[in-house]
Amino acid sequence: MSTAIENLVNRDYQYGFVTDVEADTLPRGLSEETVRQISAKKREPAFLLEWRLRAYRRWLTMKEPHWSNVTYPAIDYQSASYYSAPKSAKTLGSLDEVDPELLRTYERLGISLTEQKRISGVAVDAIFDSVSVGTTMKTELAKLGIIFCSFGEAVQEHPELVQKYLGSVVPYSDNFFAALNAAVFSDGSFCYVPKGVQCPMELSTYFRINSADTGQFERTLIIADEGASVSYLEGCTAPRRDTNQLHAAVVELVALDHASIKYSTVQNWYAGDSEGKGGIYNFVTKRGKAAGVRSKISWTQVETGSAITWKYPSVILQGDHSTGEFYSVAVVNNRQQADTGTKMIHMGRDTKSTIISKGISAGRGNNSYRGQVKVLRKAEGARNYTQCDSMLIGNQCGAHTFPYIEVGNNSSVVEHEASTSKIGEDQIFYCKQRGLSAEHAISLIVSGFCKEVFQNLPMEFALEAQQLLGITLEGSVG
Amino acid sequence: MTVQSYVDAYSAFTRDHGRNPAWLLPVRRAAIERFRERGFPTTHDEDWHFTSVAPIAGAEFAPMAGGGDVDLADLDALSFGQTGWTQLVFVNGRYTPELSSAGTLPRGVEVRSLAAALRDDVPLVRERLGSLAALGHDAFVALNTALFVDGAFVHIPANAIVEYPIHLLFVTDAGAASGVSHPRNLIVTGRNAQATIVESYAAVGDPVYFTNPVTEVAVAENAHITHLRMQRESERAFHVGTTQAHQARHSRYTSFSFATGGALSRMNIYTALAEPGAEVTLNGLYMADGSQHLDHQTRIEHIAPNCTSHEVYKGVLDGAAHAVFNGKVYVHPEAQKTDGKQTNNNLLLSPDAHVDTKPQLEIFADDVKCTHGATVGQLDEVALFYLRSRGLALEEAKTLLTYAFAADVVQRIDDLTVRAGLEALARERFVGPMPASVG
Repeated sequence: MSTAIENLVNRDYQYGFVTDVEADTLPRGLSEETVRQISAKKREPAFLLEWRLRAYRRWLTMKEPHWSNVTYPAIDYQSASYYSAPKSAKTLGSLDEVDPELLRTYERLGISLTEQKRISGVAVDAIFDSVSVGTTMKTELAKLGIIFCSFGEAVQEHPELVQKYLGSVVPYSDNFFAALNAAVFSDGSFCYVPKGVQCPMELSTYFRINSADTGQFERTLIIADEGASVSYLEGCTAPRRDTNQLHAAVVELVALDHASIKYSTVQNWYAGDSEGKGGIYNFVTKRGKAAGVRSKISWTQVETGSAITWKYPSVILQGDHSTGEFYSVAVVNNRQQADTGTKMIHMGRDTKSTIISKGISAGRGNNSYRGQVKVLRKAEGARNYTQCDSMLIGNQCGAHTFPYIEVGNNSSVVEHEASTSKIGEDQIFYCKQRGLSAEHAISLIVSGFCKEVFQNLPMEFALEAQQLLGITLEGSVG
Repeated sequence: MTVQSYVDAYSAFTRDHGRNPAWLLPVRRAAIERFRERGFPTTHDEDWHFTSVAPIAGAEFAPMAGGGDVDLADLDALSFGQTGWTQLVFVNGRYTPELSSAGTLPRGVEVRSLAAALRDDVPLVRERLGSLAALGHDAFVALNTALFVDGAFVHIPANAIVEYPIHLLFVTDAGAASGVSHPRNLIVTGRNAQATIVESYAAVGDPVYFTNPVTEVAVAENAHITHLRMQRESERAFHVGTTQAHQARHSRYTSFSFATGGALSRMNIYTALAEPGAEVTLNGLYMADGSQHLDHQTRIEHIAPNCTSHEVYKGVLDGAAHAVFNGKVYVHPEAQKTDGKQTNNNLLLSPDAHVDTKPQLEIFADDVKCTHGATVGQLDEVALFYLRSRGLALEEAKTLLTYAFAADVVQRIDDLTVRAGLEALARERFVGPMPASVG
């Protein structure tokens, strides 16, 4: 195959810069005191502090899990700082109060909050290190009764909603990283769409880890009340550093009767260099509860970054006739590792789930799909269709599939298909003789491979995802 | 803990069996050590996630003493009505010559009791026994290695072609209730050899016992072994069996696992495609009802390039039966041009039946073609409607479709006698008699 693309090898991670803002960072280490300090800094009500402390005590009794198909050196939980906030972040009434240095950072990332606000009609909440620095389009949304704000703000202004739904999908006892997150999360996004409201614009959060030695533990909670619908997108970047940083987020979605939530992720955390030095450990718990009748939760993810990605956006199909969807593209290059997939837990009658997973492995990357489809005894008429395809580029990478299919009644139909293939030289040859460069040819073939997933992304992000994919794979064919 | 009772059994066993060749003792000692260290697996072990062996680990089974009250009439139903086959019969774990029969075999073919082969210290046994089924971390293989008494030794020398199947029949009767046997079989071929081996586990009566067999199969260059495994234990029995094959260049190994007995059973069918051009077919059919628990784990290791693997497992489950299927395909980095295909289909006939299936691909080479698929479903409404519109009663239509589902995989068996025998078994065991209206 062509060496033309080799020239593009290791194009720099363009988001690898560090922003020099003064930060208010807690000293390293984790103790009950740390948890209390975080809670105090955020002036949280008592119920939340209690909840954090319960989570912390539970975390102490838990063991870090190691069942996934990824390897990494032991994490020292005492060497990280659990809270870092840009100093100027007092209470941010409007964008104008935001530190201009921060705003410039977001501009470099390609998300100008001010621009976004005016032109694209996308409402953005940006999380810098652990603290939300501004939410755009807030007033427009407020007119419809939609609450879209930072988690911290929600705790102050809508504690009843937070108390009702926090931990209702991912309890703090769920797993090691979820417990850690519950104890020390510092901010995140919160969204509530009231009954019958169709959110008229895409909501978006941008996450950025800036400080060294901090972990990022944000928490997102989205609730779509009866008949409501919302589409939400998150993007992530981090500076290039030689040390590994832990990102252990929790995302909870709740869809009540006839509600629908679409959650899209374009994850491009710093992946480490070509030798696997540095990069983000992306250990995230994402789960949605399709609690209501005919509710729907749809996850779309494009995972191109992180040294290690370990996450399973899941759906609990509790309501009768509820629907769960999972569309995923995961790309690994160099020494990246990904162990990702989904869980579809069918509880209600006539529930339906679809899983489309595309894994691309290049360089010395390892990509695992791990998915569970569980149909409980009472989930009569449940239906699942799973397709997971892997593409290998080069002979030093790996592609793995671990589907768990557990069916407990005889009125359900579950299908699983998987395939593994490589980009054929004849495919590239064909494209080249039609006048495309090898680089174009690969990009074309990969886009085709991922088409079913990309078409589920909101349009403006589908383009971004496609570009990201191209960048991640650059230099992988030679 | 009964781990200790097995360790005690080991001490008694090695004291009484001075006949063992000296080289075997350290192997057995290492095995019992391994078993003592690890104990029985739990559901926290990924390989045993869906199958709890607590009923086996918690029960006390005494080593079977052999003997038993089995006569030729009892064997009729178990030997496919064939009298011309070479048939080794083991009753309660021991070779029973008076029930066995020797068919005509090409010169040089050896089919005999492993205990006898060990007594004679056959060099081939010394060379190969235990070399394929490595102790690894499998507690049951370790237990078998430490405690096996008998089994079959089959040697098909180079260029020999055995026309009729060789039947290894392991029968347990009521006299061995609450007993455990660890049959150990070794099948070795030379180049270009061909043979069909049927390995059956069955019971006379309905006793509770535990069978823990291990079978090692070495398939030499260009040889072709067809290996049919029939698990028809008593419905109250426990069975954990491991088959480990090793394939040389251009060899073919065709395996079929039929499993329908046992209260709790686990069949491990493993093969290593160690040299280029080797080909493996792993097919299977499992049928369970009542409260049976039936678990298959298959592992195909593509070590060398240009190897092919095909796998089709089908399951029919009724009552509150629970079936598990875990099919693993590993493609090593050097195994380019691998062609692998795996399918698992399950038919649930009752609302209480449960299946956990986990087809698993682990691929480290890029120039490969690997697919797998798994389905769980019920009888096709449209097909049922069609049959009923043709005048079949609902029950008849269901029977016919269920049979067709199972027959699809049975028909992949080449040997006509075995195929017909299995078809009949599948019908009797589960589906019921064929409707008169169907030829």
